[in-house]
Amino acid sequence: MFKYILKRVGFIFISLFFIVTITFFLMQAAPGGPFTSERKVPPKIEEQLNEAYGLDEPLIIQYKDYLVNIVKWDFGPSFKQKGQSVNDIINRSFKYSLILGFEAIFLALSVGVFLGVLAALYHNKFGDYAAMIFAVLGISVPSFILAAVLQYTFAFKLGLFPIAKFDSFMHSILPAVALATTPLAFIARLMRASMLEVLNSDYIKTAKAKGLSSRVTIYRHGIRNAILPVVSYLGPLVTAILTGSFIIEKIFAIPGLGNEFVESITNRDYTVIMGTTVFFSILLLFSILIVDIIYGLIDPRIKITGSKGDQ
Amino acid sequence: MSHSQIKETDFEPIHYEQSDAERIAGESTSFWKDAWRRFKQNKLAIIGIIVILLLTIMSLTGTMISGQNYSDNDLLNANQSPSLEHWFGTDHLGRDLFARTWYGARISLFIGLMAAFLDLIIGVIWGTIAGYLGGRVDEYMMRIADILSGVPYLLVVILLMVIMPAGLWTLIIAMTITGWIGMARIVRGEVLKLKAEEFVMASRSLGASTTRIISKHLIPNALGAILVTLTLTIPTAIFTEAFLSFLGLGVPAPKASWGTMTSDALSSLRYYPYQLFFPAFFICLTMLAFNVVGDGMRDALDPKDRR
Repeated sequence: MFKYILKRVGFIFISLFFIVTITFFLMQAAPGGPFTSERKVPPKIEEQLNEAYGLDEPLIIQYKDYLVNIVKWDFGPSFKQKGQSVNDIINRSFKYSLILGFEAIFLALSVGVFLGVLAALYHNKFGDYAAMIFAVLGISVPSFILAAVLQYTFAFKLGLFPIAKFDSFMHSILPAVALATTPLAFIARLMRASMLEVLNSDYIKTAKAKGLSSRVTIYRHGIRNAILPVVSYLGPLVTAILTGSFIIEKIFAIPGLGNEFVESITNRDYTVIMGTTVFFSILLLFSILIVDIIYGLIDPRIKITGSKGDQ
Repeated sequence: MSHSQIKETDFEPIHYEQSDAERIAGESTSFWKDAWRRFKQNKLAIIGIIVILLLTIMSLTGTMISGQNYSDNDLLNANQSPSLEHWFGTDHLGRDLFARTWYGARISLFIGLMAAFLDLIIGVIWGTIAGYLGGRVDEYMMRIADILSGVPYLLVVILLMVIMPAGLWTLIIAMTITGWIGMARIVRGEVLKLKAEEFVMASRSLGASTTRIISKHLIPNALGAILVTLTLTIPTAIFTEAFLSFLGLGVPAPKASWGTMTSDALSSLRYYPYQLFFPAFFICLTMLAFNVVGDGMRDALDPKDRR
């Protein structure tokens, strides 16, 4: 187990190295310098600016400095937001994204699993069809359209929720729903398929034959085994929530990291684009690692140390 | 009591030939015929196909029906509600939304199909080589794919769109750079599974060349999985296009895509909600149609997974 984690962490660092390198050189290839603007800066001042930010050094030195700084967890200054470093921006905004992300993940998992189990238990009956129609719709409606529609109907027309910003729990409900719906629908379908498979397996028949109540059969033997594919979907789920947050945070004007990222793209604030990309990648790679470790821990077929015995 | 007359001829053996036992009574059916029969039973999928066909026809002819141009500004008639002249109304620059919607359909469908097609070509070649050669080559090729897919798809596309000049092909290329990985994985898995089967061994022992084995045995047998993946790639590509256009990284004005139209409509959603309705409705409809067809194809082509 320890060896496995070590190997995976090593792999993560290799991936990160590639990501940092690629983003660095991509941003260097981007048209226009960081101080290009409508108003021409006098050449003398531009020289001094370049010197202050170390942009007069050869590319390879800049690259080396950037790598060293990343290791020190320093993403450099923002070129467009005066007096702010990329670290400041991340520290300021990430907490909103984190709250929203956790809410959306919780929503997607709980409702998705519930719908999937429901559909499997009422296989080919009304409940199944209703849940699956909902799931297909959820996959087909893009999150930003759902967000716009939710905002228009529930916040603007009905006035049930605040329209934008992120100050209280009520503020977070609409964005979390918009963010969660597509992954929720995926989870529901995944859970339904795996639950149907489990319900047809021999050990469920055995459990039923020895007279266990249907509650015990479904919860203890059914769901616990059927939930494994959903756990392996947690990695892509984190990715989906994270990239989804770019647009959702923009629509609901949430001052989160996704919004900052979109903002930095519009402003061509290259250090912020680079910094947030690297930060997002680190976040994703490690959350996928954690998910994989959890998967190894809960899958009864993967025993790492001896037998755990009956629980 | 009258017995019916039993005649000598009643005891003659009826005509029988050995070959009759081998005769196939039903019409012979191939895998694809069988799949088509199963697909036809899925009414939703058939509706999906019809919707896709209609959308395609409208995307080609829709801009001509209403007699309005998709890019003509008419500021005097800006933000008009749907009327006899402008069937879907006009946007903030007075452009006819009916024409724009179908022009956008053309762009969105073109991007979706083209990205899926490029994914198909690269993915099939990459996956076949990795799966067929196996061993070291396979490991390296899939490791490259792993590293590429370690970075989230949208992040890569966004980064590329930032540095490349805006345009239709930039969008397609950016989407293909990481989009082919899913297809490559599926094809590799199929090829790995198929190349160990007896019919491939039989073909090889009869002296078939590698090219023949790949083109006659491996790819045709993997075609089901490839087709399903392809159908499900198209809605993803359409979604990505809309997503990027929404962020301002999509097709440049005056070209329209459903994503840019949604994005434009959102800023005036409070006052002109109908502007959002049409592009949003058609994005959802298209994605729904492709998803339903993809599901139907999976059920039809992979009878083991049928539920």
